[in-house]
Amino acid sequence: MRPVFHRPEALTAIKTHYCPGCTHGIIHRLIAEVIDELGVREETIGVSPVGCSVLAYSYFNLDMQQAAHGRAPAVATGIKRVHPQKVVFTYQGDGDLAAIGTAEIVHAAARSEKITTIFVNNAIYGMTGGQMAPTTLLRQKSMTSPKGREAAPQGYPIRVSEMLATLDGAAYIARVSVHNPQEVSKAKKAIKTAFEYQMAGIGFALVEVLSTCPTNWGCTPTESLKWLVENMLPVYPLGVKKMQREVSI
Amino acid sequence: MSQEIILAGFGGQGVMSMGQLLAYAGLVEGKQVSWIPSYGPEMRGGTANCSVTISDEEVSSPIIAEPDTLIVLNRPSLEKFEQDVKPGGRLLINSSLIDIEPQRQDLQVLKLPVNELAQEKLGNTRVSNMIILGAFIELTRSVTLESVLGALKKVLPEYRHNLIPLNRRALETGMKVAKTEILHLRSCG
Amino acid sequence: MAKVLMKGNEALAEAAIRAGCRYFFGYPITPQNEIPEYLAKRLPEVGGVFVQAESEIAAINMVYGAAGAGARVMTSSSGPGISLKQEGITYIAGAELPCVIVNIQRGGPGLGGIQPAQSDYFQAVKGGGHGDYKLLVLAPATVQEMVDLMGKAFDLADEYRNPVMILGDGILGQMMEPVELTEQNHTQRTEKPWATTGAKGRSPNVITSLFLDPVELEKHNLHLQTKYDRMSQETLWENYKTKDAELVLVGYGTSARIAKAAVDQAREQGIKAGLFRPISLFPFPKNALQEACKQANHVLTVEMSMGQLVEDVRYNLEFKVPVHLYGRVGGMVPTTRSVLEEVKRWVNSGEGGGNL
Repeated sequence: MRPVFHRPEALTAIKTHYCPGCTHGIIHRLIAEVIDELGVREETIGVSPVGCSVLAYSYFNLDMQQAAHGRAPAVATGIKRVHPQKVVFTYQGDGDLAAIGTAEIVHAAARSEKITTIFVNNAIYGMTGGQMAPTTLLRQKSMTSPKGREAAPQGYPIRVSEMLATLDGAAYIARVSVHNPQEVSKAKKAIKTAFEYQMAGIGFALVEVLSTCPTNWGCTPTESLKWLVENMLPVYPLGVKKMQREVSI
Repeated sequence: MSQEIILAGFGGQGVMSMGQLLAYAGLVEGKQVSWIPSYGPEMRGGTANCSVTISDEEVSSPIIAEPDTLIVLNRPSLEKFEQDVKPGGRLLINSSLIDIEPQRQDLQVLKLPVNELAQEKLGNTRVSNMIILGAFIELTRSVTLESVLGALKKVLPEYRHNLIPLNRRALETGMKVAKTEILHLRSCG
Repeated sequence: MAKVLMKGNEALAEAAIRAGCRYFFGYPITPQNEIPEYLAKRLPEVGGVFVQAESEIAAINMVYGAAGAGARVMTSSSGPGISLKQEGITYIAGAELPCVIVNIQRGGPGLGGIQPAQSDYFQAVKGGGHGDYKLLVLAPATVQEMVDLMGKAFDLADEYRNPVMILGDGILGQMMEPVELTEQNHTQRTEKPWATTGAKGRSPNVITSLFLDPVELEKHNLHLQTKYDRMSQETLWENYKTKDAELVLVGYGTSARIAKAAVDQAREQGIKAGLFRPISLFPFPKNALQEACKQANHVLTVEMSMGQLVEDVRYNLEFKVPVHLYGRVGGMVPTTRSVLEEVKRWVNSGEGGGNL
């Protein structure tokens, strides 16, 4: 008998700390499957952020570096410049990448660092207990926007993918979601493309993955999937934002 | 033996490179040397100065509070540093640009219209600073002409070595003027 | 090899290359710009990498990444930039990564000025960022020493898996002195089996400073402390005429050179003065200082700060000898004459005494 479903080699057997219904687990698995399929598990170095995925280094069966809040693209730059032939990726949440680490991600893209960034956007700060994120939607309630986010004075949500796609250094930028099997399949394809862009030496690649946070959104896992579709998709449209065969550096 | 020199002027007058050349000439002679620039936010046109120490022994403090010699290429520099010169020290003045008299009576003062000299004798005002440097080496014998020329070879890139003869003539012009002035000073003194 | 005349910043940069450093990540700030400028030109010539980062914070985190990846790597800055780097430095110390950080000090606080100062002493020797950690801190006093300490800094960083700071100042960075650039063979002697290079044929390596379990984090801190204690064997210092000195001047870097000149002038006037110059500021050469101050009735620190080194000197002399301060700040540099006046003031004060 041939097993049809097994743990990817790029994941460890450690049980994750993620809440029930959270889609971090799916995204971890997609990355691990892609790494296995590309046959680069022993050539890959991952960078985990500060946020819910701070312990990602325990779950990936890879060489990993844990970065300070927002600094993963800088850390990845340091690693990649030392090991240009290796595969380097960052795994970052919305607070990490789009608030405290905005400068780092923008400039890593501008330099067209040959790294891959997986950007998990769930429109909230998860680990610290549900505070407003840079991607929190207007009217969305959070611990620090208890009446719902208002454009004044709390500002508008940031569309990271569209913003980064304007940079000449960005080679591949896509936004995907994991709220149903079809989208999960598309997400995996995008993640694979992003890794392939790096391996071909084309340039900076980022995949934004819309994700759920049932705990801090205050709903069940099923409700959270519905909430994502109804509220996040209109603000964060899915699709490939940039796909450049080559970037001129 | 130790000689402490402050060189000052406008940025662009070659004060920094003159100081470096002097330090390098000391190094060529196997002496202990140091060179410290003033550094500030202005990139061009501001006042610039540097401190050079040439010594037979280890340079303990490279900071020069009381120079043995002050070389000034413009008026603000004279006004700024004159009072600091060691009692009985030397003062070399670019009289082309400085139209005031020094206040101190105890200094050995040498005034050289280096801009005019450079124009008249060499047809090139860009080597004015080398004329005053020539006067300095004649006066102090801190380093020899040969050492300065040796240093020039090291600091100038190869493709600029064609400028060495001009610089030599400028240095020699300064030395000659200084020699005459010293004789004059002696006969007066 | 013949001596050449070089600026401190450039000599230090060249020495880094000769010490096997091939990676530099930095951000422009006066008065250390000659370091990145020199390396931007030189590193590509030797197959190295120079990256001008978007910020000091990014630069130090690039250093973190490169150090974790097993490279000899450095960054340089001055006060305001070093403050920004503190986040990365504490992570580097926590994750036990080797690297060299250069601080060419300028006057503070805040934006302060760009003239030389020594007011980042506490920040350098007491940790600087959050958490209990220490850097090895080396303080050169000449351009030659900047060169000589560079190779040593990288070796110490590798040996202890700890960041090493070279603490200079604007004068040392900007001044030119004759220097001999020895051909060093520092091609990374230390094996780094912990580095993230891709988990080929081994279990994964993880670089982290995160220990969520308090038991584990305490254990980690105790381990670090053992390491810092072990560093005490790396103390470096210079004694100058301290054997019979009744007044001992203490200073590091540029201040020590000024103090040295004051010692000579004091001796000419019949005052038994000497100079103790710590070269390693952490670990502090406590025993050597005590030895140097054996005969002293007075100790006088000379520093370009409102009094930082003076606290360590008092502490390390165990408060047995009166320790005074002569400090100039804001970019003002002490003069030999003013130091000499302070020396005379204390010698003639009739106070003092004590014994070690």
